[in-house]
Amino acid sequence: MVLYLKDLNLYNFKNYEDLKLEFSAGINCFLGDNGSGKTNLLDAVFYLSMSKSYFNSIDNQNIRHGEEMFVVQGNFETADKKHHVLCGVQTGQKKTFKLDKKIYERISDHIGKFPVVMIAPNDIALIYEGSEERRKFFDSLISQIDNPYLLDLMQYNHYLKQRNTLLKQFAEHNRIDRDLLAAYDEPILRLGAKIFARRQTFMLEFQPIFQGHYETISQYKEQTQLVYDSDCAVAEFSEVFRQNTNKDLALQRTTLGVHRDDFEFKIDNYSLKKFGSQGQQKSFLIALKLAHFEIVRQNKNLKPILLLDDIFDKLDEKRMSCLMQMVADHTFGQIFVTDARPERTQQIFAQIEGDKKFFNLQNGQIRNE
Amino acid sequence: MVFSSKLIEEAVNEIAKLPGIGQKTALRLVLHLLKQDENFTTSLTDSLLKLRRDIQYCRHCHYISDEPECNICQNKSRDRSLICVVESSQDVIAIENTNQYRGLYHILGGVISPMEGVSPADLNIESLLNRLPESEVKEIILALSPTMEGDTTAFYLTKRLKTFAIKITSIARGIPIGSELEYADEITLGRSILTRTNYE
Ligand SMILES: Nc1ncnc2c1ncn2[C@@H]1O[C@H](COP(=O)(O)OP(=O)(O)OP(=O)(O)O)[C@@H](O)[C@H]1O
Ligand SMILES: [Mg+2]
Ligand SMILES: [Zn+2]
Repeated sequence: MVLYLKDLNLYNFKNYEDLKLEFSAGINCFLGDNGSGKTNLLDAVFYLSMSKSYFNSIDNQNIRHGEEMFVVQGNFETADKKHHVLCGVQTGQKKTFKLDKKIYERISDHIGKFPVVMIAPNDIALIYEGSEERRKFFDSLISQIDNPYLLDLMQYNHYLKQRNTLLKQFAEHNRIDRDLLAAYDEPILRLGAKIFARRQTFMLEFQPIFQGHYETISQYKEQTQLVYDSDCAVAEFSEVFRQNTNKDLALQRTTLGVHRDDFEFKIDNYSLKKFGSQGQQKSFLIALKLAHFEIVRQNKNLKPILLLDDIFDKLDEKRMSCLMQMVADHTFGQIFVTDARPERTQQIFAQIEGDKKFFNLQNGQIRNE
Repeated sequence: MVFSSKLIEEAVNEIAKLPGIGQKTALRLVLHLLKQDENFTTSLTDSLLKLRRDIQYCRHCHYISDEPECNICQNKSRDRSLICVVESSQDVIAIENTNQYRGLYHILGGVISPMEGVSPADLNIESLLNRLPESEVKEIILALSPTMEGDTTAFYLTKRLKTFAIKITSIARGIPIGSELEYADEITLGRSILTRTNYE
């Protein structure tokens, strides 16, 4: 099924005061100097899909400096229907998120309706940062294909926060209420078991797709491993969890559970972070993103919108031509690309057939199209 | 907001502390009061003061009352084998308005939430447990909000009530009457399928 963003309207979003854009259903290029606002446009599209920024999780900081609120809105077209999505953020107020003029009671219900895949320079954090980055990546991916998973996750995190607060209060008051602790253990174990099972089945589905993309991109013969590592991967985790209560009480936090899960990236069974070459790391990241695309496409029968930030700078020629071959083969649906060097992008896309549109940005405005 | 009078400013600030009332509405109310007879303001503040001073909470169920024992607990025709546990007096009023319940109540005064600093000791839980021995209570109905905090509180109460041989039930949660199934959210729909009832 087709999915594309037809137009975008920004009001006081980051460096944009007021901007209206109409897009092509194929390739859209944002061109302009460093700091001209190319990435900000990708982020606006990301907002309409994921209800938040890819780069800055504090909504308020995406309001144009000196202003009180931003509004990002746009119209998505799918095979049968047109849908209007609006996101409004105002300082001191709850974020409003609307689909077809109707306010979502739970914004998380929106996730997965108009999926996107972002490939950006800071993705390297997935390899170098702690497990939280990787959990975020896989959680946001699973949420796009399985919305109830997101609710389980949000509830789990809420109960976890409550439990950790409680553990601290026990220590402060030097008094323990086992019945109350049990009231948090129950949902944490119940939801944790669901999250664990979902991540497990997801990895089984994801691994072969990922390996396939890695092979195509790297043209090397290494074997990749994505190892899902969880405290819950034991028989009778609830027992282990309960036996661990005294440690939790002593450390004043929940020391076991899916909130500590990690996804280890390996090549030929060695850590990618420690031993992978730069090329292998780049291939690994692109393969992760392409597998993200593929898995959403298969599950939703819909091609996610692809957001490519500065990839011409970051990718070497080999990986670039591989990606461009996929573009030429119409593997993807709608694509947004940014580049600070207009000639390069125009040249690359000149050889590719299909609907294309170029936007030259300057001072928060479009110079010409 | 800038005011020409310090007196108006003070009154507006006080009224704007009420839930659902902003500065503009507060100003409108203040100006309205000034247009009325002075008596009007006096009787308003008198009744509020009296309310504040004389109001009582029922010593059994903590419902708002003019006497040490509320009119529900006093009512001889109520079914004393049932206690419905709710969060607030507002919930009692809502359930009373349904005309479907003839038992007694117990008002917790909130739900447990460590992050908001609400612990079981801050709620009327001990007084509920104290009510049970030597009472005719056979069933306790938990009518708490279907939120995570409501669920936690219900779970905790169930644990604490285990020592009594009393049946514990929870109000049903499901699809609102008159709404269409396809618009129900997944959690509600899922829950109502799991807790389905026999067709009568
Ligand atoms: N909240 C905000 N209010 C106003 N301006 C902002 C805000 N947030 C970011 N900006 C501005 O947006 C600009 C950066 O935009 P963006 O990151 O989209 O640039 P870019 O075109 O992608 O640049 P590069 O080629 O270097 O990646 C900066 O000039 C920054 O000051
Ligand atoms: Mg950029
Ligand atoms: Zn009473």
